[in-house]
Order: sequence, then C-alpha cells, then structure tokens
Amino acid sequence: MTQSATPKPLLEVKDLAITFSTPDGPVHAVRDANFTVMPGETVAIVGESGSGKSTSALAAIGLLAGNGKVSSGQILFDGEDIAQASEKRFVELRGNHIGMVPQDPMSNLNPVWKIGFQVKETLKANGLAGDNPNKRVAQVLADAGLPDPETRARQYPHEFSGGMRQRALIAIGLACRPRLLIADEPTSALDVTVQQQILDHLDTMTSELGTAVLLITHDLGLAAERAEKVVVMYKGRVVEYGPALEILRNPKHPYTQRLINSAPSLSAQRGDKHEAIVDEVIPGKAEPLLKVSNLTKVFDIRKGFGKKEKFTAVDNVSFEIPKGTTTAVVGESGSGKSTIAQMVLNLLDKTEGEIIFDGEQIGNLSEKHLFKYRRRVQPIFQDPYGSLDPMYSIFRTIEEPLRIHGIGNAASREKKVKELLDQVSMPASTMHRFPNELSGGQRQRIAIARALALQPEMIVCDEAVSALDVLVQAQVLELLDELQREMGLTYLFITHDLAVVRQIADNVCVMEHGKIVEQGTTDEIFDAPKSAYTRNLLAAIPGASLI
Amino acid sequence: MPENQNFNPEDGLPIRNTRAGKVSKYKIEHYVAPLEETPLQAVDSVKETGKPLSMWAEAWRSLRKQPLFIISTLLIIAVMVVAAFPQLFTSIDPTGNQACLLENSNEPARQGHIMGFNLQGCDIYARTIYGTRASLLVGVFTTLIVVLLGGAIGALAGYYGGWIDTILARLGDIFFALPLILGAIIVMQLPAFRENRSVWTVIITLAIFGWPQLARITRGAVIEARNADFVKASRALGLSKFSALVKHVIPNSLAPIIVVATVNLGVYIVAEATLSFLGVGLPPDVMSWGNDISSARTQLRNNPTMLMWPALFLSVTVLSFIMLGDAVRDALDPKARKGA
Repeated sequence: MTQSATPKPLLEVKDLAITFSTPDGPVHAVRDANFTVMPGETVAIVGESGSGKSTSALAAIGLLAGNGKVSSGQILFDGEDIAQASEKRFVELRGNHIGMVPQDPMSNLNPVWKIGFQVKETLKANGLAGDNPNKRVAQVLADAGLPDPETRARQYPHEFSGGMRQRALIAIGLACRPRLLIADEPTSALDVTVQQQILDHLDTMTSELGTAVLLITHDLGLAAERAEKVVVMYKGRVVEYGPALEILRNPKHPYTQRLINSAPSLSAQRGDKHEAIVDEVIPGKAEPLLKVSNLTKVFDIRKGFGKKEKFTAVDNVSFEIPKGTTTAVVGESGSGKSTIAQMVLNLLDKTEGEIIFDGEQIGNLSEKHLFKYRRRVQPIFQDPYGSLDPMYSIFRTIEEPLRIHGIGNAASREKKVKELLDQVSMPASTMHRFPNELSGGQRQRIAIARALALQPEMIVCDEAVSALDVLVQAQVLELLDELQREMGLTYLFITHDLAVVRQIADNVCVMEHGKIVEQGTTDEIFDAPKSAYTRNLLAAIPGASLI
Repeated sequence: MPENQNFNPEDGLPIRNTRAGKVSKYKIEHYVAPLEETPLQAVDSVKETGKPLSMWAEAWRSLRKQPLFIISTLLIIAVMVVAAFPQLFTSIDPTGNQACLLENSNEPARQGHIMGFNLQGCDIYARTIYGTRASLLVGVFTTLIVVLLGGAIGALAGYYGGWIDTILARLGDIFFALPLILGAIIVMQLPAFRENRSVWTVIITLAIFGWPQLARITRGAVIEARNADFVKASRALGLSKFSALVKHVIPNSLAPIIVVATVNLGVYIVAEATLSFLGVGLPPDVMSWGNDISSARTQLRNNPTMLMWPALFLSVTVLSFIMLGDAVRDALDPKARKGA
C-alpha cells in the first residue's frame, strides 16, 4: 500500500443520527456520531448493549431494521455519501466493496444449503465465480483457515462447530475482497481460545488483502488488542475515540474510565481485604462444606435403531469447597462444568462417585431430606431472561421459596421480600413489576434475591454473569462478593471466563473434556499455571497483556 | 503482527501473551466528547415510573387498540346477548303455538317480518335469532371440553415424556387420523347417541374428535416451557414435579392454547351446522342455524332468503371468532406479527 501525504478516509461518518420509529414514538438510537476508518485500518466500536454500536455499523451497509432510518448526517464511503443510498446501490456495494461478518455463527448460515453453495452464491452475486467456481470456493475456504476445504465445502452447517462456522462466515465476508469488512461481535459466541485463533486469522487475512475492518465489540480489552483505533459509544453517542492503546492507558471520558475499571480482563485480582475475612470465617481451614470425590457422569447418546453410545461428560472429578469461600470451575463449552453444577444441585443423577455436603451424602436422599437440602443449596442460572417466570410478578417470584417451605405468614413474607430486594439493591417498588420490565442485570439480581430467600449456605452460580454487559457484570459480581462477606455464603462458580474468575474466586478448578486438568488457589493458577491448557486459556484472555 | 513469543521456563512451551496491540501509521486524534452533552448515568438504574405491566396487561394494552379485535369482540358480544336473550330482539316466539302458520308458507318479507317466511310459514328472522343459542352452546361447550381434555392430556404427555408421551401421543394420532365428519356421522349413528339426540350428544361427538389437535398444541408448548430455567429454579427451590407443571409450565403454555381454542370455537359451530345439515346433528325440533340451512336446501330456488339469513349469521359469527383468535395471537406473540 502506498501512503499518500494526505490520506483519504475509506469510511467517514459525519454527524450521523439514526432514528427508529416505534409504536411509543421515535427512538434516537444514534446521535451526532463522528468517526473515520482509514484504508487498511482496524477500527473498533466499543459499547454496552443498546449503545448504538451495531446500528451505526449496519447503517453503513444499508441493513438497518425496517423501522430505522438515517435521520441526518452523512456516511461517506470512499467519498460517496451512502447514508440515503438506494437499495440498488447498496446491493452493488455489498460483497465486493463492503463485506460483513455477522454475530451469531449458529443462525447466520442457512441450514438447508451446503457451505460451498453459500460461498459460491456470494461469489456469483459479485461476478467473481470465474470458470471454475468450485475451485474458487475451496480457495476461499482454505484462506479462512478451514482444513480440507473441498470436503468442507460439501458439508452442511450442522456438521461444523461454532468456530468453523464463524470461519466459513469470514470466508463469505472476505470472498469478494471487500475494501471494508464490518465484523459485528464476530467471536462473542465462541470460547476464548477459538476466539483468539479466529481473530488472529482475521488479522492476517485483512492485512494481506489490505482490508479495513470495522470491529464491533463489547470487550474493550479485545478492541484495544485488535484495533488501531477505538471508538467508545454510550447511549447512542460517541463519547471518546483515539488510538487504541492511548484510550486504554489514558482514558479521558468518565464512561471510558468506568468501562476500563470494570472490564474483568483488564482489572486486577480479588482484593486482599477479602482474604482477611475468609480467614476469620474459617479458622485453620476447617471441614469443607462441599466435598466432591471421583464424580462421574456418563450419558447414553441414542444413535437410532436402539443403538446407544456412552459419552462421559464428567470424568472422575474431585474437589472441595471450604465454607465461606468461592471455588470456580472453569472450562470451555463441552467441558462438563455445567453437568457438575446440575449434579450438585441434585437436578441430575450422578453415575458414580460421591457428593458430600456438610457431612451428608447427596444423590440418594429421601424426598424429605432432599427438601431440606434444597433449602441449603440454591442455584443462579445463566440466562437472565429464562430464569424468572414471565407470568410471576417480582413479589411472587421471591415469595415462592418461602411459600413452598411454609415460612411465615403473608405479612412476614412481604416484609422478607422487601428485605431481600434491599439486599440486592433493588427498590421495594420493584416488587409489583414483572420480569419483562427489568434489564438482564436486574433480573439476575432478582434471581439472587430468590436464591437468598431460604438463607442457603451455598449458592451454585452456573455462568451467572456471562450474559451481562461488563458494567452490569461488575455490579453483580460486587453484590455476590458483598453478600458472601455479610452472610458467609459459599459459592460454586461455574464459568467459561477466566477473567471473571480472578475477580471472584478463591480456588479454581480448570476442566477440559470432563476432567480437571489443574486445580489450586486463584493466585497459583494465574501466576504459575502448570498445565499447557491453562496457559493457553490465560493467554487467550483478550487485552490481558496490554496493561 | 509481531511474533516475539515468550517461553515458559519449565517446559519450554511458547506462551502467547505478547500481543502488543496495533499502532496505526496514520495520526489518530484523541477526541473526548464534552461531558455536558454526554452525562454519565447510573449503571443499570431501575425504572420506577410508570405502571407495572404483566404479560397479560401488556397484551391487553396492545389488543384494545386493534380494529380487528374491537370489531370481532363487539360482534361476539352481540351474538352472545342474542343467544342469552333472544326475546329482546324479536316479539315473535317461534316455539309458540301460533308461530308458524301454513298460510304464510314462503311468503316474502313484509311489515313486522323483515326476512319473510319459510316453507312451514315460520318467521325466518325469529328462527334465526332463536337458533343462535344452540349453535353458540355447541361452540362454547365443545371448546371447553376440548381445552380441558386435550390440554390435560397434552400437558401430561409433554411434561412427563417417555412412555406416557408415547401412549397418549399415539392415542391422539389415532383420533387425528379419523376424518371429523365421517367419524361424527358414525358416532351419531351409535344407538346410545341416536336415541338421545340433543345439543349434548353433538358436543360430546365433536369433543371426541377435537381434543387431539389441542393436545398436540399443548404438548408442544409444554415441552418448550418445561426446559426453561425458571422451572429448573423452582424445582431447586423444592417445588415438586407436578406443582411445577401446574404453577409454572401450564401458565406459560396458555398463549397458543387460547389462540387455537378461539379459532376452533368458530370451527365447531361450522361442524355442528354441517352435521345438522347432513341430518345427524341436532334433533329437528332444536332450532339451530344448521337445521334451518338444511331445511332451506329443498326450497333454494323458490325462496333463497330462507338459506341466506341463517348462513349469513353463521358466517359472521364464525368469522368474528377467527378474527378474535388472530388478534389475540398477534398480541400474545408479537414476533408473529406481520410486517413489523
């Protein structure tokens, strides 16, 4: 690439405003947005959900939802204003001028067509298929890092893993050598190690082709690591932009500062204040509250015609959780970590091994004992939208455990619900609302209040903060930490995110393919990881090496 | 990207944590928006204004603005009032001794008898008004039985799965495989039914062939709801498996059931009319739209109004139930809404 004295930006967004018309009146999703993308440069737009980051990028490729439109401002692509361009013009631009890698690899490939066909479609639409389209397809897939591309091109999307699908989508996005690639959270649905591989590959490909990338992400660490320039959006406005490393090291706007302080991958480990309190709670590291030994779970997978195959999801796992501490079980998807949570909660029967809670065997409890056990161990699940019954008001949701266990009368239960709401810092007026009126983080706080209603000794958090924005995530983690200090709770914390582990856990078990590959205190795991797998996981945390 | 890797001192494996970030060859300005224009707000603040809205309240709010809902509801209310108090709408009692005079046979409309007379010399308007009750009774009660029976069977099959599901689902499939009209004709010919023909035999017959459809819908909805995290959470709170079904799973499966039941109510009214038309439905002494249409068949050429009026009433009633079902579907499932 030649560098002219006054480089012309490839994409220039000027005073952009985007408005969505809804039944409740117009919603201003983006206001006064300004940023530029230079040829060959990677620019990341960072922000929480609803900040307008995806909307701004989609406007540049003419893919706004039906009720949204650019209400003012300009989008200059190579000098041409495309803010109000016709659908026909966008069709010409898409593919060979502006490519796109969508967010969710699971739903963005058509399940009824072979991968090769879907790539060929893109090539044909842009007149780049040539004389031997199949060879070209294989070439494109090989470029995206898919091994054995001829065979892969003949397979269907369901035969691909999430990472492979995302590679196929990148192949489609880059098939026609666009000058600008819009990548909308391209890896947020993937495991960290896969994310790293894919982003590395995307880096290599785009720098070879000289493609500029507009990367949309909620992860500031990832943005700082992958982009030259970072644009921070908040409530539909650009609050700060500048060189990536400078934004990270010297943030000026209070919102950016707040983001950096809350990002788990960028912040320090659990405070020392906590350890001191833990030591008070358990003088001389007494009896563990939960002891799991040689736990194994084997699933039968039906293969049709009565044939069955055994699949060992959890393989001979042993660990202990001392009272009043947090043990994190970390692993990538399919490592068996959630299966452990379900067995500890007695929602799933174990195949072999022992789960001992406070000296008592779990697994073959009688109905009556099980009922008592339920009071002492409570879960918090991942999906804040699925864990509350949409038909129940917040009051009924939190009151339910009290009613099931016949605690108190109507008046005392209402008082208790108010107390619980206060404990999770929600106003008492929330109690008459319904889950659909609350945000994800607020729902998760309600789920915590429900779990606390029975004054349990242990809480099993199954990816409890994974679906939340960083700021909200930090808030919920802080709440969990506070509750532990106040009430001496014990947490079993299941997560795929090592960065979060550092903020919350005292001890860590790292799992791979159903086995624990390494366990130790959080400091041991982070400062001196013994297994190669743990090292890879740690190294894959985006942005960790930048501060 | 620079590949200056570090190596672990213990095993010599490379550590890939040296991604240093990128520096642009262009000069990038560092812009900060003025704080007055972009004030920082509290993280995830709770909305405290506005009235709390349950899912039903929200559905109601969107429903009451829909013209489709308003029109169909008004029509249904009108039909129900007619069914409950037919004497309010006509001074003629078609069941009375002096109601039908043969001298009026096939007379056209005249003062006080706006729709004319049928072959027996009965007032068509009065018969149509009084016929509403039987048709509506059949529709409402068949729907009730079908929802209770089909809903219960579908919920049990979907929730417990396994062999219960296999047995109940096959049973439903068997009934599903029988054509409704053919099956109903046969059942209505059974001695027990033939000798006691009434509104109730028609209701029972239609319910026998109607429940599998509702069972299927319920089963699907229950299977979807039973895997939700909130059901798992309630089980972990100590709720028994059956209570979880009643308290959480069924309330969350109601939306599609309500929609299908509303649409089907209209369909059952049509089915009753069809059976009566074929002569196996309501007994001839019960006034119903189906019976009137049936007896109009022979007089179609002489006196088409005799067929037209009950058929028009029937169509409008059925149409309003189907429209109501559509409107409710849109309100309960905004995703299915067209165009938006």
